[in-house]
Amino acid sequence: MSSGLIFAATGCLLFVLGLGGVLLLKALLRRILAFNLMGSGAFLVLVGLAQRDGTPDPVPQAMVLTGIVVAVAATALALTLARRWQALTGREDIGRVGDAGSRRRSKQRERRKAPR
Amino acid sequence: MKRFVRWLSILALTVLAGALLLAISSLPPAPVKLAGEVAANLAVSGVSHPVTAVLLNFRGYDTFLEVAVLIIALLGMLAAGLPPPPPTGSRNAMLPTLARLAVPLMVLAAVYLLWAGAFRPGGAFQAAAVLAAAAVLLHLAEIQGPWPDNARGPRLAIAGGFLLFLAIAAALLVNGGLLRYPPEQAGLNIVLIESGLSVSLAVNLAAFFLLRAPKS
Amino acid sequence: MNLILDPLAWLILLPLLWATLAFVATDRYGPRLAIAGLVGQLLCAAMLAQDVASHGSIGHLAGGWAEPLGIRLFADGLSAVMLLLTQGVALALVLYARSYFSQATPPAFWTLTGFLIAGMNALFLSGDLFNLYVTLELVGLAAVGLVAAGGGAAQIAAALRYLLATLVGSGAYLFGVALIYGSYGTVSASLLGQLINAEAPIAVWLAAGLMLTGLLLKTALFPFHFWLPPAHGGAPAPVSALLSALVVKASFYLFLRLWLGPFAALTEAQPWLAQLPAALGASAILWGSWQAIRADRLKVLIAYSTVAQIGYLFLIFPLFGTGALALQAGILQVTAHGLAKAAMFIAAGTLIKVSGSERVLGVAGAAVHLPVTLFAFALAGVSLMGLPPSGGFLAKWLLIDAALDQGHEWIAGIAIAGGLLAGIYVFRVLRLAFRVTIADDEAAPLRPAAVLEWTALALAAASILLGLFAMPLINLLAGVTR
Repeated sequence: MSSGLIFAATGCLLFVLGLGGVLLLKALLRRILAFNLMGSGAFLVLVGLAQRDGTPDPVPQAMVLTGIVVAVAATALALTLARRWQALTGREDIGRVGDAGSRRRSKQRERRKAPR
Repeated sequence: MKRFVRWLSILALTVLAGALLLAISSLPPAPVKLAGEVAANLAVSGVSHPVTAVLLNFRGYDTFLEVAVLIIALLGMLAAGLPPPPPTGSRNAMLPTLARLAVPLMVLAAVYLLWAGAFRPGGAFQAAAVLAAAAVLLHLAEIQGPWPDNARGPRLAIAGGFLLFLAIAAALLVNGGLLRYPPEQAGLNIVLIESGLSVSLAVNLAAFFLLRAPKS
Repeated sequence: MNLILDPLAWLILLPLLWATLAFVATDRYGPRLAIAGLVGQLLCAAMLAQDVASHGSIGHLAGGWAEPLGIRLFADGLSAVMLLLTQGVALALVLYARSYFSQATPPAFWTLTGFLIAGMNALFLSGDLFNLYVTLELVGLAAVGLVAAGGGAAQIAAALRYLLATLVGSGAYLFGVALIYGSYGTVSASLLGQLINAEAPIAVWLAAGLMLTGLLLKTALFPFHFWLPPAHGGAPAPVSALLSALVVKASFYLFLRLWLGPFAALTEAQPWLAQLPAALGASAILWGSWQAIRADRLKVLIAYSTVAQIGYLFLIFPLFGTGALALQAGILQVTAHGLAKAAMFIAAGTLIKVSGSERVLGVAGAAVHLPVTLFAFALAGVSLMGLPPSGGFLAKWLLIDAALDQGHEWIAGIAIAGGLLAGIYVFRVLRLAFRVTIADDEAAPLRPAAVLEWTALALAAASILLGLFAMPLINLLAGVTR
């Protein structure tokens, strides 16, 4: 097993972990971190798999640099939105769509906040 | 029910992971080898570092669009509403001293990274990241105040580097393609683009941190 | 031909240019820049379509490097139609938005719109899987920014859900691209077609699965539609129109391209695979229509109608067997729905602006106060239902023709059922609009600016006229090689 293949295998595991995180976790910050894990997994596969025969390939390396910048941009946007959401509602998750429970919970929280 | 869906998803993800590992371990060698093509054309690319050659010449169009992605993220922040400025006067007393020492060195490092990109790891993005970090440090030390959302300077800086890239891309259409450098001028074009980009990207990255809603 | 005026390149450069200028110039010059830019882009798209019609497909080597080292841009009939639709609808929407936002423009609206259109144009012109990833992110992040505009809690929640969905979608796509580069050493779509045909290891099947599923998530095909109604239903009307008419079509376009191009060898080896998107499409039509019939808010009704109409696009996948009929039906549906849905959303925007109520009930009496806008809404509804002579009718006619031709009667049945369901939710709105009470008659509310009414009518009329003058479009698509 070449070192490139080990990188790629790690990348596969990271991607699946990240995917699970975005889908299954609740807290926004964790989901954003999980998305970054997905990206890192893809980058490792991109570079690792391409040099599994031992010769480095500059093309996927350049693609990863492009991908990192795109991931930074997406993360920055996600974080600013999450922060804004927290400032507006005091919540750290957005719940599921059509989840009446979450709306009720937030209303209760507003009510609890009100007297202060 | 919710629990069941959860376990089902975990099972599906595990199967996916297993399938991926199996797939990459049994992969035949790739029929196309681009590393050779890059090496063969490196001499006419204008730079001697293969990754920079791919980023700014062979796949320069990717880089062009990627700068736009970074601007869009900033625009998304402007659209959603900026956070209020942080309370002043809470800084650590050490920070201004540290900032005064470190920032000149960081600027120097950024210039070096920009220059080094032509022949070794480095380049506009790395330089911009260091410059942006310097701006954030100055901001935390309260030497540099926050930028109001309608500040013209940062906007001009961000747009300037990108517009220079765009102008070069458009002018080179004369040559028969977007960003198609004549080999003898490739180096000059790349230096121009990278210099513009390092300022533009640095301000863009710093703006994520420094742009704040005006005090009400 | 004059190289510097290459319309293909300027379709990407022009929107980037005016978007960046609008960023510096702030809101005052935004509308002028957008309108001037889009007029230029519409000209470029028309020139490109002309070129494609006479020469077939047109290539452009970015950087001057041939594949596989460089990125090859190209345009064929399919890209030409998508580009024409995008520039045309966007121009009408920008004219509408200028008046709609005359009081206060959401921050960064003009510049984000420019970048969004640039991203879509770049996507329609790219022939490189990794470059397509960058364009996908351009489109996705710009669209999220537009949804967040305004910054209320509902907008931010919709934007966050949309962002997470779109990031998972493009993340899966990127991972697929990484596997493909590892397998073949190139990401050029045209080279990959032959390479995958020659040999397809398991990794490529997984890559195709991840990429196509990611794109379905971005296209909001049932059951991945959960993010769409809050995002499209909660944004300001011009933004909803842009997203519903154009943005979801961009990821559909890429899905179609991959299906017919690089992954054709895979989908032909296992023909049953084509049933999957069609089955999801059928479910989308039923579920989306049902939700639209039940919706309480007008814009949510229209958003669920989009969920249903996206379903039609995926009914074509089992029908690619003979000739270009299925492709023509699908792209005609993209065009007809794009025009009609843009018209419907902006007509709804005007109705809501005047009545002050977001609820479906708020349209009561609109037949008296806003006859032009209501007429636009009704015309758009005719196209969505698929009544003759609209573009929607022609699209469904071709679809049913192709389905019966190849023995897929159930697809024809679903197409007809979907039309009937669309009739229910469209008439639900129209019936209310004609309910005139005396109180409505007396307190005639303020009249909206004429441009708000006439842009909607122009778009709706275009979706009807498309049914009568579709031949150039159908001929453009006939030349698309698989």
